[in-house]
This record gives sequence, structure tokens and C-alpha cells, in this order.
Amino acid sequence: MPAVSKGDGMRGLAVFISDIRNCKSKEAEIKRINKELANIRSKFKGDKALDGYSKKKYVCKLLFIFLLGHDIDFGHMEAVNLLSSNKYTEKQIGYLFISVLVNSNSELIRLINNAIKNDLSSRNPTFMCLALHCIANVGSREMAEAFASEIPRILVAGDTMDSVKQSAALCLLRLYKTSPDLVLMGEWTSRVVHLLNDQHMGVVTAAISLITCLSQKNPDEFKTCVSLAVSRLSRIVSSASTDLQDYTYYFVPAPWLSCKLLRLLQCYPPPEDGAVKGRLVECLETILNKAQEPPKSKKVQHSNAKNAILFEAISLIIHYDSEPNLLVRACNQLGQFLQHRETNLRYLALESMCTLASSEFSHEAVKTHIETVINALKTERDVSVRQRAADLLYAMCDRSNAKQIVAEMLSYLETADYSIREEMVLKVAILAEKYAVDYSWYVDTILNLIRIAGDYVSEEVWYRVIQIVINRDDVQGYAAKTVFEALQAPACHENMVKVGGYILGEFGNLIAGDPRSSPLVQFNLLHSKFHLCSVPTRALLLSAYIKFINLFPETKATIQEVLRCDSQIRNSDVELQQRAVEYLKLSSIASTDVLATVLEEMPPFPERESSILAKLKKKKGPGAVSVTELEDSKREGGELNGGGDRGPDTASTPSPSADLLGIRSAAPVGAAPASAGSLLVDVFSEAGTTTTLPSSSLFWLLFVCKNNGVLFENQLLQIGIKSEYRQNLGRMYLFYGNKTSVQFASFTTTPQLNVQTKPVEPLVEGGAQIQQVLNIECLTDFSDAPLLNIKFRYGGALQNLTLKLPVTINKFFQPTEMTSSDFFQRWKQLSQPQQEAQKIFKANHSMDTEVLKAKLLGLGTALLDNVDPNPENYVCAGVIQTKGQQVGCLLRLEPNAQAQMYRLTLRCSKDSVSRRLCELLAEQF
Amino acid sequence: MIKAILIFNNHGKPRLSKFYEHYNEDTEQQIIRETFHLVSKRDENVCNFLEGGMLIGGSDYKLIYRHYATLYFVFCVDSSESELGILDLIQVFVETLDKCFENVCELDLIFHVDKVHNILAEMVMGGMVLETNMNEIITQVDAQNKMEKSEVMCFVTFINQCPCLDICSMQGHCFAFHTASASR
Repeated sequence: MPAVSKGDGMRGLAVFISDIRNCKSKEAEIKRINKELANIRSKFKGDKALDGYSKKKYVCKLLFIFLLGHDIDFGHMEAVNLLSSNKYTEKQIGYLFISVLVNSNSELIRLINNAIKNDLSSRNPTFMCLALHCIANVGSREMAEAFASEIPRILVAGDTMDSVKQSAALCLLRLYKTSPDLVLMGEWTSRVVHLLNDQHMGVVTAAISLITCLSQKNPDEFKTCVSLAVSRLSRIVSSASTDLQDYTYYFVPAPWLSCKLLRLLQCYPPPEDGAVKGRLVECLETILNKAQEPPKSKKVQHSNAKNAILFEAISLIIHYDSEPNLLVRACNQLGQFLQHRETNLRYLALESMCTLASSEFSHEAVKTHIETVINALKTERDVSVRQRAADLLYAMCDRSNAKQIVAEMLSYLETADYSIREEMVLKVAILAEKYAVDYSWYVDTILNLIRIAGDYVSEEVWYRVIQIVINRDDVQGYAAKTVFEALQAPACHENMVKVGGYILGEFGNLIAGDPRSSPLVQFNLLHSKFHLCSVPTRALLLSAYIKFINLFPETKATIQEVLRCDSQIRNSDVELQQRAVEYLKLSSIASTDVLATVLEEMPPFPERESSILAKLKKKKGPGAVSVTELEDSKREGGELNGGGDRGPDTASTPSPSADLLGIRSAAPVGAAPASAGSLLVDVFSEAGTTTTLPSSSLFWLLFVCKNNGVLFENQLLQIGIKSEYRQNLGRMYLFYGNKTSVQFASFTTTPQLNVQTKPVEPLVEGGAQIQQVLNIECLTDFSDAPLLNIKFRYGGALQNLTLKLPVTINKFFQPTEMTSSDFFQRWKQLSQPQQEAQKIFKANHSMDTEVLKAKLLGLGTALLDNVDPNPENYVCAGVIQTKGQQVGCLLRLEPNAQAQMYRLTLRCSKDSVSRRLCELLAEQF
Repeated sequence: MIKAILIFNNHGKPRLSKFYEHYNEDTEQQIIRETFHLVSKRDENVCNFLEGGMLIGGSDYKLIYRHYATLYFVFCVDSSESELGILDLIQVFVETLDKCFENVCELDLIFHVDKVHNILAEMVMGGMVLETNMNEIITQVDAQNKMEKSEVMCFVTFINQCPCLDICSMQGHCFAFHTASASR
């Protein structure tokens, strides 16, 4: 009997769906849907109470409309009502609606939580499962708060049904992922781990996902799961294909669970206990042996299931990286798969081999498959597979096979799919550089790269070839000759013109002896490309020309002629015009000595890690490398680009911005060749630098008279502040906003004062903001602002930032209203010379009355009207509240609009306060 | 973790979408379109895995799919899942649907979206796999149907009198599923 009979269902729903399907056009469909939405809305709003069946029908219709991509903005309430129905069908559709159309409306979540709570305590397993599903699907913070303590109890209770246990395990996992702070395992840990021994395989299947996730986060607490997992795995692996009955899938016992067990073990190092380890190795060997056995079924499902386990076993072997015997067997097995007729297996084999290539035990073994992999790159029909093949070639490349691999990748580039060209170009460039013994080969390779795939050669790549040519004397002549030849092609890529212009400008003299490449020939060749190029390239060429004047005085007249013509000297582009004018002037005024000094050959570039590695990493996904690094490499490129017009001193010192690169220190290039991803991650994490970002006192000053605003901002981070003060207490909210798309790790902040703080979240996701609250108490008067130290990891580099917190003594002002006579009476009382501080200073800001008033009010004092006989003057009064004492303060500000000067006088009952306030305020007006 | 499960037909019409991570409605629709675009242009007989589209998270995620007659079943998963394992899971899902609906076809998914969701819920919960044993799943679904039957008795007679709607008159191909004939 089919589990779902086709007859039953809801007629209205079926009719509606048929209508939609019969609609001839999109417009007709939208019209029909709007009609239905109006109908449902009126039904929901109508006076007549709907019965459960109708509600269910309408909710189903809404679900269908939603699936078609239309917003549903009502019906949530009806769905919530269905949750509390006693009928299974109604309850179930209510939960379905909530799960599909979650609404963050907290009002609603409370109602939903209520219904869930009832169902969880109903002891009806079906209802409990529905409720648990709902929690797992919505997984909001509120739900975690409500149920995080309840669910572990359900999970480990002795009388819980298996199906409920399964749901509870995954529900808990979801809550742990959304709100790890609320799910406290503690006492449950051991009982949860022992679910691995549960009789019911379904329970183990669900529990293992939970345990894997918890183990990743708290490996030590869950350590005991290793031996349990090994014994469970061993029982499955050694069982006959019929032992596990329903969990045998196409003659393979419990493939899913086996995979998950092998994954769990990958969270840990090899077991220390000899017996456990022996048992595990036995399992792994059995799995490898089974791969060689004839299949028990010809169905693809059988081989899929078997191989799923095999690949996980191989992953584990690679992860342990300690059993040479197993590693070699794994490698051989993958080698077989490389030529398997199943595309899926070829794909997975290429992928696994990539990680295997990084192991010292198997690197050589992987290399033996080079021909097969190259063949895959050439002949695979599927671009996903070709991409994996390219990745593997990159991973298996070392000094011995670099030339072959680079050549193959270059020839593949000519026909490669557009989607992967840029990455291929970067990889070729990296390999060529990394394994170049002979730099003429390197230059050839990069120029070929530009020739074949010029559009995909990013700036980083051609900057890099220039850096290397400049830094290596032995290749300069060859480079000049090669670019000269390359430029003779009738159509050559603009990037080639850039490289050519730069190199000939620097080293054209090395080939000038040959009449075929005499100075004038070189110049004419470059200039023939000039008009086809974009502005930045033209600018570079102009710099090359002025360098030519220095290298070859005989070209001076020709080049001056070119510079002088209107299209240069009156170019509408400011940069080009400026260069033309300056170079022309320079060449006509400066003596040859001066010219020779100014236009001297570029000094070697400081050796630093290649910027193209950074670029590749960036392409491979978010993580270590950031936007700023790329921006920096661009700036660095700007230096290159400037070429002739910058003195050698500017070029030889790396600009300070370049130091921000977390990648300058020598990275372990040529250490174990790893897969693209992992190698690069290593490079960047090891090369972390501490960068102290300058704190800005300008921002800080603004906060004397205001409490909210942006305290700090740079390319990475923005810090906003909101603060409020009352008497001697204050509370400050700090908002740390990550302006990049990359996560900040290990984010910590340490205020250097006695304030109460809550620690901040250690991770700040890209684009996200986190908040921190500081509670502040003023114990006594003070003049130095507290400091806040912020540290975080951005990509590889540790960022360290120290900021002055905008906490100033005036924040603890209580305004005091008083009359004119009171004011002057007090003023006279505070007549001791130390109690008064006075400053006469020039106005730095607008002297507008309203602006001044706003500032004085922002200061925290009361602004007293009709006190000073001169209405131009401002007087204020307030009391500063500290824990130990109160300090009365009177202030008088006398502006002189004509002279644009102020005289500021302060009288306080404590002399240090007078001085401090005077200093602070003098900078405000 | 499974990030999303999508079923759409050869023309890109969504038949089921289940996201285990929150996106707004627009993004969900865009993801469905993008995924369809990526998957549908692939030949038969190429591999069943590809890198995820930009919207779903790029190369950190994989799309694992199977194509059965008129329908694509696509699972978007992160790197913690075994590719072949997921492929098996899709197979289990389809075989289960086939048992529950008796030679399931696209129309069954259209007219019984709620049932399909229920069946799926017995397999995957919050993006993690709950159960892989087909018999166990079917037992659960059967139990639910029994409960449902007992509740909707009164309607059954009514529905059965209707001329089986226009299901028969509508075009729509059976993707009659047989393990042997199914495309890989």
C-alpha cells in the first residue's frame, strides 16, 4: 500500500494549483495568485470562525504561493493557532508553515514557544517530534533561551522513544550552533558520548552529528568518544552485509554511519591507546581490502556507498599522516580511481590526492600519476573535474616536474574555461616563480602567460615579473630581448606593452648594441602601441620615454618632439598632461648629470612574499587575505608605475602602507608542497605582524562636548560610541564594526582603567558589528583619559590598536541653575589664585552663537542666561560628581568676534579641575 | 551540514525548497534560479558535484545533485559531508518518495508539497541527517498517515466522489522512478 494515497487531500487546494498551472502567462499567474491571496485574507479576517480543515487548506495554499516566489506577509497568526490544535494534521501543517516561513517577529516567537512547550511536555512522541523539528528549523536565540536546558534532558532520559531521541539530538545540535553559550553540556557530556553505543542505529546516526560538532569545539571533554567510535566502526565494518538489516544499503552495512564515524575520528589525532589504534588500523585495512573485492551488486548505489566509506577512510589516513603503509595503499587506491569510468570517482580521487600530495610519505607516490592527471586536464569533459585536475597538478608540483607541469598548464590555458582562467594564470605565475632555477625560463613563462591569457593576467602578476627582473641582473638582458621580440607581434596585449615599456625603459640599453634593436627602433616600437593603450599604460610609457632620454641621448630630440605635441602636452587627462609637461621640462633644463641621477636605474625591490600568492588566496575564498593587502599591492604597483619620475629613495624604502601587508616576511616557500589552500593559509598565518594603528586624537577631542559618535575608523574597523552619564557613574556602549568581508579572529579589548566590562565576542564576522558595554565610575578627579587596547587577528596579521576613550572630567558634570546674584557671590568666593584658570586663545571654529551654546550645553553644565552684564558672554555653572567629593565649577567665556579670540575663565573649588577643564575647553572653540 | 535542499524541474520551476539557514525570500528565489542555471547547463554523464554558486557561499559549498527524468534534486552542503554519502541520501529520499507515492511523479510533488516536506523532515532535520533507513522513514510516515486518516475520515468520502480532479488531463511526465533506469 502506498503510504500516501493520492485521492485524499484538499479539493480547493488542488483546484487552485491546477489553475495556476494552467495559466498561460506570468501575468495571468500573478493575477490568479493575487485573487487567491485576497480571498484567503478576507477569510482569515472574516467574522466566521474557520474550522481546522479550512485553516489547513488556506495555509497550504499560502505555502504553495510562497514556493512560487511570492512574499507571504500574513497567515502567521493562523499558523500559530493551528499549533495548539489537538488534531495531528492541523498541528503538523501549522509547524510546517512556521518552519518554512519563519518570522523573526518576537511577539510571534513567544506564542510559538508556548505551543512548543506544550507539545514537548505532552509525552506524545509525534507531537514532541514536531516541536523538536520546529526548534531545529527555526533555531532562534529566543528558542535557545527557552529550551536549551530542557532538550538535553529529553535526549538522555531513559524513557524517551528512539525517534524522539534522534530529533532531540539534532535539535540540540542546532541550538548549540546558534547559541553555544546557552547550551551547557557539562553533566550531560558522558551520557551524550555514550549514545554512540545506543542499540538503535538511527539514534547513533543523529547523535554522531551532535558529538562531532561538540568534539570540534571541546575536543578534550569529548575525548572518550574516540574509543567508542572505533569500536562501533569496527562492529559495522566486520559485520556481514545482512547483519544490520535495514541499515544495510545495497549490500553495504550502514554506509552513512560509517562515514560519519570516520569523520568524527578526523577531529582527533591518532588514538594513543595501542589497542584502540590497532583496532582502528585493522578497520582501515579492511575497508581498503573491501575495495578490491568484486562488487556484490552491479548497481551504482552499491559502489557509491562502498566508495563513500573508502574515501572517508582515506581522508582519515591522510589526516593521521603517520602510517606510511596505509598512505601508500591509499595513494594506489586513488590512482586506480583516477582512471575509473565513473566521473564522480575521478573527481573525488583528484580531490583527495590534492591533500595526499602534501604528505611527505606520499608526495612521491602522488607524483607518479602525473601523466594521468595531465591527461585528465586535457580530456575530461566536465569542467569541475578539469578544475580538480589543475588543482592537483598545482599541489604535486615541485622542482623536478615544474617545467612539465607549467608547460601543460600553459597549453591548457589556451582552451580553458573562462571561469577558471584567472585562477590558472595565478597558479602558473606562482609555480613559475617558486620553482624557477633558470630565470629566463621564468620570464618566458610569464610573457607566454600574458600572450595566451592577457586579459586574465592581473596587475599582481606583471608587477611581480618586473620586480624579479629588476632584482636579478642575470636576466635583465634576456628580458629586454624577449619583450622586444614579443612587442613585435602586430597585436599584443596591453599588459605586454606595460611590461615591455617598463623593461625597455630600464634595460633597453642592454640590447641597443644590435642594430635591429637600436634605441630608435625600440622607441618607435613602443610608440606604435601608445595610441591603442589606456591612460595608465600611456602614463607608464611616458615614463619609459624619459628614461630613454637618459639611456640614449640620441633619442632626445625625437622624444621631446613627441612630448611637445598637443596630444601629450595638452592632453585632457591631467596625469598624462602633467607627465608630458614635467618630462619635457626636465629633459630640456636638467644637465646630463642631474638627469642621470634622477632617472637612475630602479634599485632592487625589497624581497617580500609574492603578492600573487595573496591574490590566489583571495580567489580561493574568504580567509587570510584581505582587501587592504590587495590595495597595498596596488599602491606598491603605483611606485612601479611611476617609474622614472620618482627618485630612487622613494622607491627603495617600502612605503609604510606596504608594511601593513602581513606577508612581507620570508615565508616557507618550497617547504612541503601542499594543496593550494592549506599552503597559503600557512604562509599567511606564520607571517603575522603586529601593527599598531595610530589612534586619532582629533576624533577624541570631538567627544568632549558630545556623547555619541564615531570614535575611530580605518579601513578595517569602525568604533562607534554611545555613552550616558549620571552623577559619578557612566555607561559607555562601544560598537565595533568590521568593515571588511573577512572575519576578525581573537578579538579582545582591554580597557586600561578600573571599569567593569563584559568581554566581547572573540570573532567579528565580516560586515558585522559587536557591542561592548563599559560601566564607569569616577572615583576622583583626573586628567588623563583611560586607554582602550584592542587586538584582533585580521587575516594573518595581528592588529593592535590603542585608543583614548573619550571619558573626560566634564562628563560627570551636574548642571546647576542659579541667579545672577548667586553666581557672582560664588564667583567671588572662589577667588584664590589657584582656583582660577584662564586662557586667551584664537577661535578655531565658528563663533556662531547657537554652535557655542550647543557646545557649552554638551559640556554638561547649565548655561545661565541674564547673568553676565555683557550679553555676548556666556556663563555656566555645574558640579562635578566624583565618588569622594563634589567640585563646584563656574565658567565664563568671553568671545571677541572682531579679533576672533576668546577669553575663557574657570573657577572651581578644586584647582586641578580648573586647570584640566581649561585645557580641555580651549581646544573646543 | 546541508544548507539547502532544492527540487526543481527541467524548466527551473521549483517543486520544493528547504533552506536550513536563513535567507530572505528574494535571496532564496535567486539561489534557486542560480542553482538551476548552474546545474541545468551540465551534460548528463558528467559528475554529480560542483562548486556552489556565489549566492550560496561559493567554493566553500558543494552542490550535489541527481537528475531524474523531469526533476533535479539538489543538495547544497558544506565540506563536512561526504559527497557520495549525500548522493546516496538523495537516492534514499527518492526511493522513499517512490514508495510513499507509488511511482512518484512530478505531479505528486506539486499536489502534496506538505507530504514531501513531512517525508523530508523524517530524513533531515535542521540541516543534519536524522535517519537513513528507508523502512524506518516509511514506518514513521505511515504512522502519520494513519493518524491523518482517522482525523479526515469525513472528508475522504467527499474527495473520492470528485472526479479525481484534472490531474489526468494535465500534462506532466511521470518520472517513474526505477533504480535501474534512473539516470545516475
